[in-house]
Amino acid sequence: MKDNGTKNILLVGVGGQGTILASKILSEGLLRRGYDVKMSEIHGMSQRGGSVSTHVRYGEKVCSPIVPVGCADVLTAFEKAEAARWLHYLKKDGTLVVNDFEIYSLPVLTGAAEYPQGIIERLKEDVDKIKCVDAARIAEELGNIKAQNVVLLGALVRSLGIEDLDWESVMRDIVPAKLLDLNLKAFAAGLSQ
Amino acid sequence: MKKLLTGNEAIARGAWEAGLHAAAAYPGTPSTEILENLAQYKEVYSEWATNEKVALEVAAGASMAGGRALCAMKHVGLNVAADPLFTLAYTGVNGGLVIVTADDPGLFSSQNEQDNRFYAPHAKIPMMEPSDSQECLDFAKEAFELSERFDTPLLFRVSTRICHSKTLAETGQRTDIGIKSYAKDCSKYVMTPANAKKRKAIMTERIAAMKEFSENTPLNRVERGSGKIGIITSGVSYCHAKEVFGDDASYLKLGFTWPLPENKIREFAASVETLYVIEENEPYIESFVKSLGIHCTGREKLPWIDELTPERVYRSFFGEDTAGHEMTDINVPPRPPVLCAGCTHRGFFYELGKYSDVVVTGDIGCYTLGMVPPLSVTDSVVCMGASVSMGAGFFKASNKAGRKEKVFAVIGDSTFFHSGITGLIDAVVNKAPIVVNILDNRITAMTGHQENPGTGRTLMGEETQQIDLRKLCIACGVKEENIRLIDPYDLSATRDAIRDGHDAAEPFVIITTSPCALIKEVARRRANMKCRVDEDKCVKCRLCLKAGCPAVNCRDGRVYIDRASCNGCTVCMQICPKKAIVREGE
Repeated sequence: MKDNGTKNILLVGVGGQGTILASKILSEGLLRRGYDVKMSEIHGMSQRGGSVSTHVRYGEKVCSPIVPVGCADVLTAFEKAEAARWLHYLKKDGTLVVNDFEIYSLPVLTGAAEYPQGIIERLKEDVDKIKCVDAARIAEELGNIKAQNVVLLGALVRSLGIEDLDWESVMRDIVPAKLLDLNLKAFAAGLSQ
Repeated sequence: MKKLLTGNEAIARGAWEAGLHAAAAYPGTPSTEILENLAQYKEVYSEWATNEKVALEVAAGASMAGGRALCAMKHVGLNVAADPLFTLAYTGVNGGLVIVTADDPGLFSSQNEQDNRFYAPHAKIPMMEPSDSQECLDFAKEAFELSERFDTPLLFRVSTRICHSKTLAETGQRTDIGIKSYAKDCSKYVMTPANAKKRKAIMTERIAAMKEFSENTPLNRVERGSGKIGIITSGVSYCHAKEVFGDDASYLKLGFTWPLPENKIREFAASVETLYVIEENEPYIESFVKSLGIHCTGREKLPWIDELTPERVYRSFFGEDTAGHEMTDINVPPRPPVLCAGCTHRGFFYELGKYSDVVVTGDIGCYTLGMVPPLSVTDSVVCMGASVSMGAGFFKASNKAGRKEKVFAVIGDSTFFHSGITGLIDAVVNKAPIVVNILDNRITAMTGHQENPGTGRTLMGEETQQIDLRKLCIACGVKEENIRLIDPYDLSATRDAIRDGHDAAEPFVIITTSPCALIKEVARRRANMKCRVDEDKCVKCRLCLKAGCPAVNCRDGRVYIDRASCNGCTVCMQICPKKAIVREGE
């Protein structure tokens, strides 16, 4: 497809991992920088522990809210098998930000399917630009494993080269006050990845 | 100031700015947040209605009284509300009446992919189709004026990607318009055959006026591009088409899609060499264009199944994209949605799954997931309420054939209030000895926790009468001795109730009562409750995995429980034959 200057970010993971909150912060930040932004999220049944995706697109003028296959500039995977599932969305030489974290799906838990071995190593062979983040460990050290979404957001923001924005004020407006401190730390930790 | 709003937020905002007085809906993805957002505006009376038919009738009553009214529902909800819809097209309105239908191409959270645009020509009511949040807001404002101008309810058609995409929208201020006066007018509101015939003649005049409007409104606009290709499109499909063809094509972008602008379409078609119709789901616009004798290309190239996306549009007209993309040959296991860890429904399905002679008619809600392996209990899921009535019908035919299947209908609390109750009355009166299982988790869960008649609270946060399910079933004619009220976390009580139901010769009801584990207060209360595997006692029989709880893991032959997601429901603990799972915390 023709490149019309729109930047494409795809955030994927497992329902409940907080991809939507991370996408909201990202979108609001991009908006404050003056971009046209579209963000598309999934609600309902797929959210119940299923594979989920959030699309964020920005540029001078964005048309479709959906990131086309093969057009993502950055694919951020909150779970490593999901990185493999959605990898075809990543354009050639796009950047993969992947959480070194696994969540077994029910077919794996019951033995009906097998969770692939050595995902990170194999992704490193397949993708040139890859950033692997141990977001779960980082978030756990900060006191709450659930903040791994914002750790990954920090890593994503860094790979987009938009660290200079006032992300603190964006987060202050979106994140609940009692979780703000944790999330600011998580974001900073992600940025340094 | 421009804000990032979802389509649903923008519809609510636009309706509020238009001076909306009353709104009603039954929750349904992707429409739910429209009413949730409206409830924040104190000027608007908002309610969760018992079902979509009730929602439309409440809105229609408010309109008749002179208020501006809105009702919202998912696509299949309009089937439920179709009865009032078709006749409201005859009566027309007093205050503006807008019906939002949120279709779900791609079936993100639905049982079918029906295209509700066809309701507009069928019922002969005007239709608007916004393509982003700004249009959701602007169109919603205009919708009420159009409804009043043409004296008709208006269909406002959106889809999942419109509802759940955040795009920029400029908000405005509310125009407070008063509630119009009401004067009794039987010829308008009492649809006896004689009156309805007269109203149909008025409808004919109205349609002519709306056709003229459709030709001239900027809602239907032409955007000139450089090439020889012309594209007729509407809704989110416009965004996808624009993404792929950019300024290389001209567009007839339709925002007012019934009646369609015949002359505008003819003129546009004559001005381009090649005409495409790009639309999602059914060939709604395309059929109309072809009926005018105009050659165009659409459905023969575009997919009929699944939502439209930019790459599907691209592939349809240009073939495979040769730019390529990153690839891996890692074989990724499927990740279907599942009942949450600690879900109150799990134990019930686990126990029911032990019977090989049962047929389980299911329903719409989280418990639809009772079909997912390893539980694999459910036999059918069709529409809201169908578990009970289809179960009764199944029994009648199965019984006639001399078969001995026992029917268990499984339905949630909100869905039972929505339309299960009529099926239960039918089963009782017509003597179908089925077991109706109301999985009462004290909330409308799947759509994100809305109040329902069993919760004792309204959408606007007021305390209200709580409808007692047990008494309701008794009133429906189920004998008191044939009703069991149980805690589904108690497997032994669940087992006994299922056995009693299985053996009963009369209509039987099991009500499992336990609040959804995701309700904030419940999650907080259970935050420290966990189950843990005592490795010394575990014999690795893996029986605990049969309940299909995502918190119960097995790695390298070793079973362990994920502390982050476990809420100490103890279903696995009760299943374990070796007492190797222990409970911690209070």
